[in-house]
Amino acid sequence: MNWAEIKNLQAVRITDIPCLPIDRLREETLTGLAAGRRVVQFFGHRTAGKVVLYVVLADDEYSHLYVASSVFAKETSYPAFTPAAPGLHLFEREFYEQFGIKPAGHPWLKPLRKGIAGSAAADETLYPFFHMEGEEVHEVGVGPIHAGIIEPGHFRFSCHGEGVYHLEIQHGFQHRGVEELFLRRRESPVFLLRLAESIAGDSVIGHVGAFARALEALSGVNISRQAMIIRTIASELERVAVHLGDLAALAADVAYLTGNAVFGALRTKVINTTLAICGSRFGRGLVVPGGVNFDIPPSLREDIRATMDRLEDETDLAAEVLFASASVLSRFEKTGIVTEDTARRIGMVGPAARASGFAVDVRADHPYGGFSYFPVHKMTLHSGDVFARAYIRHVEIKQSLRMITEQLSALNGGELNKNCPAPAAGMLLVSLAEGWRGEIAHAVITDGEGKLQRYKIKDPSFHNWFALALAVRGNGISDFPVCNKSFNLSYCGTDL
Amino acid sequence: MFELLKLRIQHNRPVIKDLRRAEINPAFRGFPLLNAASCCGTCPACSDVCPTGALALNPLRLDMGKCIFCGECARSCPEQAVRFSPAYRIGATKRAALVVNAGQRAEDFPGQAIVARKEIHRLFGRSLKLRQVSAGGCNGCEMELAACGNVNFDMGRFGIDFTASPRHADGLVITGPLTRNMSPALKDAYRSVSEPKIVILAGACAISGGVFAGADQLNRSFLVETPVDLFIPGCPPHPLTILDGLLRLLGRIG
Repeated sequence: MNWAEIKNLQAVRITDIPCLPIDRLREETLTGLAAGRRVVQFFGHRTAGKVVLYVVLADDEYSHLYVASSVFAKETSYPAFTPAAPGLHLFEREFYEQFGIKPAGHPWLKPLRKGIAGSAAADETLYPFFHMEGEEVHEVGVGPIHAGIIEPGHFRFSCHGEGVYHLEIQHGFQHRGVEELFLRRRESPVFLLRLAESIAGDSVIGHVGAFARALEALSGVNISRQAMIIRTIASELERVAVHLGDLAALAADVAYLTGNAVFGALRTKVINTTLAICGSRFGRGLVVPGGVNFDIPPSLREDIRATMDRLEDETDLAAEVLFASASVLSRFEKTGIVTEDTARRIGMVGPAARASGFAVDVRADHPYGGFSYFPVHKMTLHSGDVFARAYIRHVEIKQSLRMITEQLSALNGGELNKNCPAPAAGMLLVSLAEGWRGEIAHAVITDGEGKLQRYKIKDPSFHNWFALALAVRGNGISDFPVCNKSFNLSYCGTDL
Repeated sequence: MFELLKLRIQHNRPVIKDLRRAEINPAFRGFPLLNAASCCGTCPACSDVCPTGALALNPLRLDMGKCIFCGECARSCPEQAVRFSPAYRIGATKRAALVVNAGQRAEDFPGQAIVARKEIHRLFGRSLKLRQVSAGGCNGCEMELAACGNVNFDMGRFGIDFTASPRHADGLVITGPLTRNMSPALKDAYRSVSEPKIVILAGACAISGGVFAGADQLNRSFLVETPVDLFIPGCPPHPLTILDGLLRLLGRIG
């Protein structure tokens, strides 16, 4: 295997990326997966009338990324990877939808983002759902508008009585054309920054951080230590806030209102801390290519430290009560199990993967920014059920709170913001980040003048929706809300 | 048992008791303060840098329906002619009222921008049930709308709630830039709400398309056909902005 070997945030010249025949690319990808590598990106790029398919594999043990490509000049199909690598099913559907090159033998070649509505024939035949047949078998359709205040998507359950045999998830309702906008407005870095913040509004720092680091790496800018630490603090605040919110929502889904109220109030304290730093409860406006817009002055540092210390005690007490409640545990335990083997096979990421015992965490595996200086220990649990996905949030909240306190002490003033010159020309760069949901991967290709030519975004949800579908199999349909919340995946991050 | 009691004591009562006196941290970017005297009128630094085209010169004005409150204009103006105050009462019943002119004061804005209608007060003043529809929302506005119901803001005490079905609702709260793929579902949801009904747009995306304005994947035709009763700017709007807007619309404060 002579793929180009790079690291997270290390640019590689496009011409140095080996171009393989598609059969060999497929074979070597599958060999890599069998050896424990993971697919972090799989995307096409149209250039000079041809379509180039790029595959990026990660070797987590050695912090390496491997890139190879294949060119489609006139071919309109290729043998699908998905039958042998189920984790690629959404990637291949995306590739087919964007470039019309058919992954032959793909078992599930349905629309991903297009053809749902507004097209010439806006009917269901454009999205052929699986149907189960048999006596007393029935289907339950939910969405696109859901009961709660959440984003839209359609769930189709194939049930027998209360039991779920299969869940099919139809995406695309949120499709806003983010990747196209990245290219259309490439002359305006300020615009792109705000666009990156809106890829997924619950992972603002995750996505905008990945974007900013990509631009900095392509421009050869090293941001100041101060700016790096402020970003890291913001990213951990984001993680803590969403994890607390998820624990609140999980408690609500099993009608444990004390847990809902208490965790909800704790979350407010965290997002208000982010507001005190940068004026937005979600960290908008903080990160810019070259650094950050806001400092954390000494007086605010003390306030944050005191808040984090209190939060740790308060979260501990709340978690102790939540996880000791028999009525909560009876709903959480052994519900929606994803085994470690499944997690590996479908390429799960983030806390959901770690709750199944699959230890992947970009902060530890491919460190970036502040995590290069403050190593992160990967947390894992093994039961892979709703309980594990809930409890791992508690564990990670504690870990992140300590990290924030530690990093606050490392702030010592310094330059906040540097100028970012134009990006290097003719490069490919992969920017990985551990958002609170898991691995965010942005891949950038620059043209001969250093302008963005392709901006490919992958939200961690792209890997994990399949896990949700598998988790609910064999469970009662009434357990779906709590399963869904235990993953809390992004619709807009998937639909882009 | 004792742990639970300890938890209740620790939790205390985090609710904001009097919304009329609630203030947000001064770091918050709310109502923009434009100073025409210090704006030279020729330098396009602020309008050039604005990612959504919310700022215009000659005369200096800022459209809060487009603004994502990133603060880039305030940072770029060498004369500090644009500043953001932490004033959060920025909802309006008319789209045009969201355009802030130089010299406009934050404390005068809510009284002028929200005109409470008698029939809305009579019909929904004591009970308003809303159905939320996210049509391309990034989950920012959705999280802040959900936060309105949490123990801090406790919207339920005013008789305002979100329902699980449009059939049970008195109106829609729409977020997101209105994607083409959500267009049929949004229209269905609107038709499913029985008359009389209201429509509220929350966030820059719903009001103007926000950073997604002009994207090919949007279909904003719904808004051409449908009257809107309340515009709540922000990216995302703060829960206090949402609550203030709703309560003024209902004539509960003002």
